Amino acid sequence: MNQPDQIYFFGTCLIDLLYPKAGLAGMALIKRQGVKVIYPANQSCCGQPAFNSGYRQEALAVARAQLNCFPNDYPIVVPSGSCAGMVKHHWPELFAGQPDESQAIAAAQRTYELTEFLVDVLKLKLKDLGQPTRIAIHTSCSARREMGIADRIDSLIAQLSNVQVVEQAHKTECCGFGGTFSIKQPDISGAMVEAKCEALLATGAESVISQDCGCLMNISGSLEHQQRELPTQHVAEFLLQRITGEGK
Amino acid sequence: MNQYQAFYQRIDKALQNDQLRRNFRSAMDGIRERRLAQFPDDRELQTLRFQAKGIRNRSLSRQAELLERLETKLTENGIQVHWAETPLQANARIHEILEAEQATSVVKGKSMVSEETDLNHYLEQRGIEVIESDLGEYILQMAQEPPSHIIVPAIHKNRFEVAELFQKFHPEQPYTDDVDELTGCARQVLRKKFAYADAGISGVNFAVAETGTLCLVENEGNGRLSTTAPRIHIAITGIEKVVEKLSDVPPLLEILTKSATGQPITTYFNMISRPRQPGEKDGPEQVHLVLLDNGRSRIRNDDELLDTLRCIRCGSCMNHCPVYVHVGGHAYGTTYPGPIGILLEPQRLGIDKVGSLTSACTLCGACGEVCPVRIPLPKLINRLRAEAVEATPGDNGVPGTGALRSRSEALIWKLWKQIYTRSRIYSAFKYLATRLRHIKPPISNGWTRYRPIPTPSSKPLSELARQQGYDDE
Ligand code: SF4
Repeated sequence: MNQPDQIYFFGTCLIDLLYPKAGLAGMALIKRQGVKVIYPANQSCCGQPAFNSGYRQEALAVARAQLNCFPNDYPIVVPSGSCAGMVKHHWPELFAGQPDESQAIAAAQRTYELTEFLVDVLKLKLKDLGQPTRIAIHTSCSARREMGIADRIDSLIAQLSNVQVVEQAHKTECCGFGGTFSIKQPDISGAMVEAKCEALLATGAESVISQDCGCLMNISGSLEHQQRELPTQHVAEFLLQRITGEGK
Repeated sequence: MNQYQAFYQRIDKALQNDQLRRNFRSAMDGIRERRLAQFPDDRELQTLRFQAKGIRNRSLSRQAELLERLETKLTENGIQVHWAETPLQANARIHEILEAEQATSVVKGKSMVSEETDLNHYLEQRGIEVIESDLGEYILQMAQEPPSHIIVPAIHKNRFEVAELFQKFHPEQPYTDDVDELTGCARQVLRKKFAYADAGISGVNFAVAETGTLCLVENEGNGRLSTTAPRIHIAITGIEKVVEKLSDVPPLLEILTKSATGQPITTYFNMISRPRQPGEKDGPEQVHLVLLDNGRSRIRNDDELLDTLRCIRCGSCMNHCPVYVHVGGHAYGTTYPGPIGILLEPQRLGIDKVGSLTSACTLCGACGEVCPVRIPLPKLINRLRAEAVEATPGDNGVPGTGALRSRSEALIWKLWKQIYTRSRIYSAFKYLATRLRHIKPPISNGWTRYRPIPTPSSKPLSELARQQGYDDE
């Protein structure tokens, strides 16, 4: 696909309320390339929390409320692997047999996860203006397996000359978030995220970067609970800071 | 105690056991590595997975016809076929066969279907001696525990724990925690059993309709001995194990052993086609096959859930499951643990009995990625979650649908829907949440046991985007 003139930014409920800086950074990265970014006012959530809890009627209602936010055939960019995966792979399933099925499928087909869009469509070139640093990358399971785009975040960060990437043990293993899993199976989730934190801390990385705020909320929350120091950041914010030389 | 409380208790017990967790972690790490080493070329692997899926799909779509053909062929070959709808029927049938032949001792090769029917206890209660001859199963028989894994059943025990068991049950042998010596000790004990057992019971990996051949994959030679040394051999398997042709076997066998244990081929592969013929010096005089349904036909009613039956029981899904690796197989409390257990057991036993299993999954997709027959495990597990809270009409579907619907949970999702479908309510909700962000709601749930409640930003993205001049359409 060639560079489009404009895109819709689907910020996701988690970023809207908890991590707006990640959203703004994602939008800025796209805007800097000369693409107009539209943030539809009435967007809320892709429906994933209910869908993954078995409440498909409620998920469908919420997903349907998004359809009208993206009326034109511009690409829809989502700064989260799991929400992008929900739209791309599960909306068609969720809307199957519904009157607006074709509209949902069309939306799914033009949905991109942010790093995927930056690499595949914008072919983003980055110049690192930041101080030397060492980071670990945590790729969400949805980005890795459902979307199959784990290499996009890697290739973006590989362009940054002053960033050294260190690899944690059991890198591809889930952090234990899983949405409502973390509430329904708190002890397993707690054990998983503690193991994940331990592996990340053992790398000696100065920060952890991910394309999913769900994982970051889980990992940073556990670190705080354990009173361990390890900053976490969404990849969009990290990239923007590196190329503008702002932040650390 | 409801099923959730019982499940939480088992999970808690597993998570408290550091030794158990270390055993699983190191065993699963090793087995993952060995599997990966067998598939150096990802393209080849994907081709093989598609091929295996195709073979299994073809078998399932023609299952009724193939089972008929299998019965005809087996009968022609002199193998007696028995059908069982329930575990009890299967056990009773096996007991009848043994009784008719005055058989009082049985050696068993590994069989998960016999675990499904709890065959050992059934026979033991009726005065028949049953000895497990698979080393892992033998260890579990001493420990009186069920398997914690479908391929490596005693994987939750390390060699020191095994050494202790041997010392307790075989005090005549000198203590050792050397794996080879322990294996040698088991071999000595078991060889004697093979020599005098009246009957051998085994599972089946593939039952070939075209030729009436029962294929059995194993590593210890105990399968071969159980199926050849005693005068009666009884095989038991699920009806879905039938495949059409002999030529279907090599691709399935290849991907099975590579996926399961990371072996290019197992040490033994047995093809059983008939009992001992006149003039032959060895082999059983009688061979029986018990074909068990136990809910499998019902699973066929659903076009999507039907994929469950493609499973060739390689265990790869549990080997790669991040939940399984932390809690181990016993925490699930069912015959089949791990992702395939989460998918199969509620369909077999009912959502009302074990539907809570579906909660023990992060939908991370690791299982679906490795499954040799491409069962979309996460998608189907998520489908079962919907079945768990929403009763589907008719009685053809998953038993106990809707059994896990709770009023309070349903109410939360209704409320959630109200907020997230109405932009004015959503905006008001965000306004309040961000402006009052330092007032933490008095929530104490599983999340807060391990993490603080996250603090909302001072303004939501929707407001900030507007302030920075982004258009809203
Ligand atoms: S579901 Fe797939 S991975 Fe799991 S045991 Fe069955 S065949 Fe193997």
